[in-house]
Amino acid sequence: MRMRVIPLLTSATLALLTSTAAYAGDVRIMWYSDGIEGEVLQDLMNRFKQQNPNINVIIDNVAYGVIKEQLPIQLEAGNGPDIARVTALKDLSRHWLDLRPLVSDPAYWDTNFGAQADWMRPDGSKQISGFMTQITLTGGFANKTLFEQAGVPLPGKDATWDDWAAAAKKVAQSQQIPFAMALDRSGHRITAPNLSFGANYVGADGKPALLDKGAKDFITKFVGWTQDGTMSKDVWVSAAGQTYRAAADDFINAQLAFYYSGSWQVPNFSTKIGNTFDWVATGSPCGPAACTGMPGGAGLVAIKYTKNPTEVAKVMEYLASEPVVKEFSERTLFIPAHKGVIDKGDLSFKSDNPMVKAALNTFVEATKTTSASAQKMPGWRWADTVYGAMVARVAQVVAGELKLDDAFTRIDADVAKKVKDSGL
Amino acid sequence: MGRTIGFILRRRGGKFWHWTDIVTWVWLIGGLLIMFGPALWLIFSSFKTPAALAEFPPSILPYASQQVTVQGYDKPLVLYDVTLPDGTTKKLAEVRRIGLFSQMVDPQTPGEPIRVSINDRKPVRALSFATENYTEPFVHFDFFRYLGNSVFVTVMATLITLVVNSMAAFALSKYEFRGRSFAMLIILATLMVPLSVIMVPLYSIISTLGLFNNLWGVILPTVATPTGVFILRQYMLTIPDELIDAARMDKASEWQIYWRIVLPLTAPALAVLAIFSVVWRWNDFLWPLIVLSRKELYTLQVGLSIYSGELNVQWHFILSMTVVTMIPVVLVFIFLQRFITTGIAGTGLK
Amino acid sequence: MSPSASLREIALTPVRVVMGLIDAPLRALQKRTGLSGMALFFLAPNMLIFGIFVLLPLAINFVYSLTGGSALFLPDRSYVGGNQYERLFDCSSYLDPLTCQEDAFWTAVSNTFWFVVLQVTFMILAALVTALILNRNLAARSFWRAVFFFPVLLSPVVVGLIWRWILQRQGLLNFILYPFGVEPYTWLTDRMWSFTAAVGVSLWAHMGFYALILLAGLQAIPKDLYEAADMDGTRPARVFWRITLPLLMPNLIVVIVLALIRSVQVFDEVYILTGGGPGTSTLFLTQYIYETGFVSQPRNPGLAAAASILMGLVLVVLTLLQLGLGRRGENKGKR
Repeated sequence: MRMRVIPLLTSATLALLTSTAAYAGDVRIMWYSDGIEGEVLQDLMNRFKQQNPNINVIIDNVAYGVIKEQLPIQLEAGNGPDIARVTALKDLSRHWLDLRPLVSDPAYWDTNFGAQADWMRPDGSKQISGFMTQITLTGGFANKTLFEQAGVPLPGKDATWDDWAAAAKKVAQSQQIPFAMALDRSGHRITAPNLSFGANYVGADGKPALLDKGAKDFITKFVGWTQDGTMSKDVWVSAAGQTYRAAADDFINAQLAFYYSGSWQVPNFSTKIGNTFDWVATGSPCGPAACTGMPGGAGLVAIKYTKNPTEVAKVMEYLASEPVVKEFSERTLFIPAHKGVIDKGDLSFKSDNPMVKAALNTFVEATKTTSASAQKMPGWRWADTVYGAMVARVAQVVAGELKLDDAFTRIDADVAKKVKDSGL
Repeated sequence: MGRTIGFILRRRGGKFWHWTDIVTWVWLIGGLLIMFGPALWLIFSSFKTPAALAEFPPSILPYASQQVTVQGYDKPLVLYDVTLPDGTTKKLAEVRRIGLFSQMVDPQTPGEPIRVSINDRKPVRALSFATENYTEPFVHFDFFRYLGNSVFVTVMATLITLVVNSMAAFALSKYEFRGRSFAMLIILATLMVPLSVIMVPLYSIISTLGLFNNLWGVILPTVATPTGVFILRQYMLTIPDELIDAARMDKASEWQIYWRIVLPLTAPALAVLAIFSVVWRWNDFLWPLIVLSRKELYTLQVGLSIYSGELNVQWHFILSMTVVTMIPVVLVFIFLQRFITTGIAGTGLK
Repeated sequence: MSPSASLREIALTPVRVVMGLIDAPLRALQKRTGLSGMALFFLAPNMLIFGIFVLLPLAINFVYSLTGGSALFLPDRSYVGGNQYERLFDCSSYLDPLTCQEDAFWTAVSNTFWFVVLQVTFMILAALVTALILNRNLAARSFWRAVFFFPVLLSPVVVGLIWRWILQRQGLLNFILYPFGVEPYTWLTDRMWSFTAAVGVSLWAHMGFYALILLAGLQAIPKDLYEAADMDGTRPARVFWRITLPLLMPNLIVVIVLALIRSVQVFDEVYILTGGGPGTSTLFLTQYIYETGFVSQPRNPGLAAAASILMGLVLVVLTLLQLGLGRRGENKGKR
């Protein structure tokens, strides 16, 4: 045993000594994948390496959990990769590198990615931190086959949440499926209908406001639906705290008539549903105030602790260039953030499934009609705080641990505590 | 044959089944089902396609729908058992499905498509192993690199654990000195500190020592396991002091006593600790995830976690890689488990 | 000599040489310091590593608990004194967790308490029964031993995942029960069932570990004691209480101590299995600490540290109790 260990030890030590030193020209990208985007990125970077042999790009594929929980620790310690794909863009924005002085054409970035620039920079700054690898938009999916079998017409474009609930319930009863509808266990998801019901989370001072009538209205309705069986409560009770849970598997198995999730489910449905049934993206149902979905997505940002900022800027410029963005989106079935690409409207998503293309086009269309208040949420510092408190408490109500009124008080109290904790 | 059965069903003396025999066999058979069943299911599931994984009712074995190539169609078509209006069933291939109806052709005589209601058809399914779950990760997953790192971490951590823990256990069980109870108390009390609780301070220490993104940063914090010291000490307490006194009479040094007398006698406990150490270090996840953020340093557990994304988890890859990572531990266990019992019988303790 | 034995000889030779080389300086050390010095020498490496990587972080953790803010590293944090502790203890009625400011903490405390009581009790019973059965004169004993030990080899993440799949509405259990007329049921969305599942799954995952330790103890009991008892015609139950159990005591104490400690720390497998739900019915302390310190937005490492210090204090008291108990057991074991 030991005899074999010694050479192993020495070689490994050597490997360690050499690998911990960052070479000039090294650019490390920390990347997580929901699907095939990691492979597509690798492919694109291989091409980049051929054009720029002196820049050594290394892609560290990680779990999303690493990005969410470990990257912040590394960043605060001044460690971390050179570029990262991140979702907590605003919260960590003080760690991002300003690319404005480094890129050759800042105006290109402002025109094409300007709409989301605020999502990823400190309030009031003008810096270019990076760009969105994809835009997501929440929206509904309907199992068209189930609707047809039940003989219930699909509610139209301006249908309200109540219309959808009534129609889905009819389908569920006629087709003997366990639940009519489901909504992911996520504060971001439930915020979309809240906003449609007229909610406003942002106070006059930019800090969280108390829960208003709009939010309370929809949450009350939602809890009512989970109690009378219209809405699946499974995902909501399947965790404590703010853990994210999706109900996608139920929809894939044709156990749901209507599922409110978002555009990122499209590639997932395309592989897992295949041709088993027809499904359509429906956009977001309406409330009294609006018919909005919630935008979001992941951004690729440069990190200011990098030792090779010029090389980092080169990589970022390449990835943000129009043909690369277009190819990346077409292959990954993501909705691009690039304004030029969207406006041209010649995206041809790489899928031979007609339902996929139709659904993606529905979402691309819907990005143009997202309400102003929804557009602001991703760039609002306290959004995650409110989402977290809301999920945790509403889930407790759904599980029957808490009364609705108590939950409302608790959400306000939790948010207030968090704001105080952060010392701002 | 009769003798084998007699041997297998050996009972607690007498002609009749004693109640303990019944309990024994109920317990064993139940244990077999409950302990192995889920693992077997895991292994079968690792051969399922993503669609089959999400399916209900789940199948035990991996099935996939059969496909046929039909003349006049470019792509292979999916085969269905169709109940025709006259009540007969027939194997037909689906050309496309429109709403509630599907157009089907007979693979033997592809002519005009037949319109069939989708409720009258059932896919023909056959056992099929999705081996691409295994082969694909090997292509874009630096498997052998990760394996090497995992082996390095596991072997080094286990060796250091055995040496360091046994030395400490020796001191705590065979010497009287001031502060012994205190040391024992500290070790026991910290047995209870879960890693997730001291994560941030530990990270600052690792960072200060320059062990961030270094395999030693994974190894060192885990080697002084209180559990190991505890198990070994409890075992060493049973070694008679007379043996040690006799050795001292023979002018053996304390170091010789430790490694020539005490260590061999502790072999069974060391084997137990070795098994656990291997299992723990091999399966370590949270801590390596924090320390190692470069792919050339990933261990297998960290490597397979890259398939969990924000909004979607690629279960088929995670399952297959889990099965692969299980193999070495199972081998180590099969190899070491002999020592546990033979060791105990051989040392002639008590 | 068998080939494997000669192989072992070859492998052991360098170890012998190294050990021999170490011996000379150590003899000199022993002359200088005497026996107690040697004791410290043996203890030193373990305690050094231990001190740096466990004790020091614990001490730092205590300092954390006195600071506030969401920054992760100490230099960026502000001193707030006992505020975090005050906040944890701010309740209008100590009997009802929901009246506390940090209701989740107290829910977690009470959940953890019940979990420990149930899990440890069943764990000891199941492990003991398994060990006794495996100690019988069975055919293919090493196979059966492997059967019960097998889940210990799985990582907690895998354990949690397997069982979540089995217990979900579309899972294996409902599929198996369906032919018996049981309607598909979401086991993990029922408060009682999900708690039972948490206890059961952690039993499943760790029982083999403890059974093995007990089995080792059982096999170390000299056979002649049983033979003597058999000749005297002692009843089996009496043999168990009078011979087996007392002689098993040292191992049983190891098992109790370890099982207790491990169950207080319960986290990974249950976190993946139930996520703490439904509601907060399987939210345990470690999950509370982890989520407060790292997951929730914004993080509160100070509050998490304070909670962990409180948890640690309780555990130290438990350990002291057990140490007293263990000492009595040890004496018994030595006879």
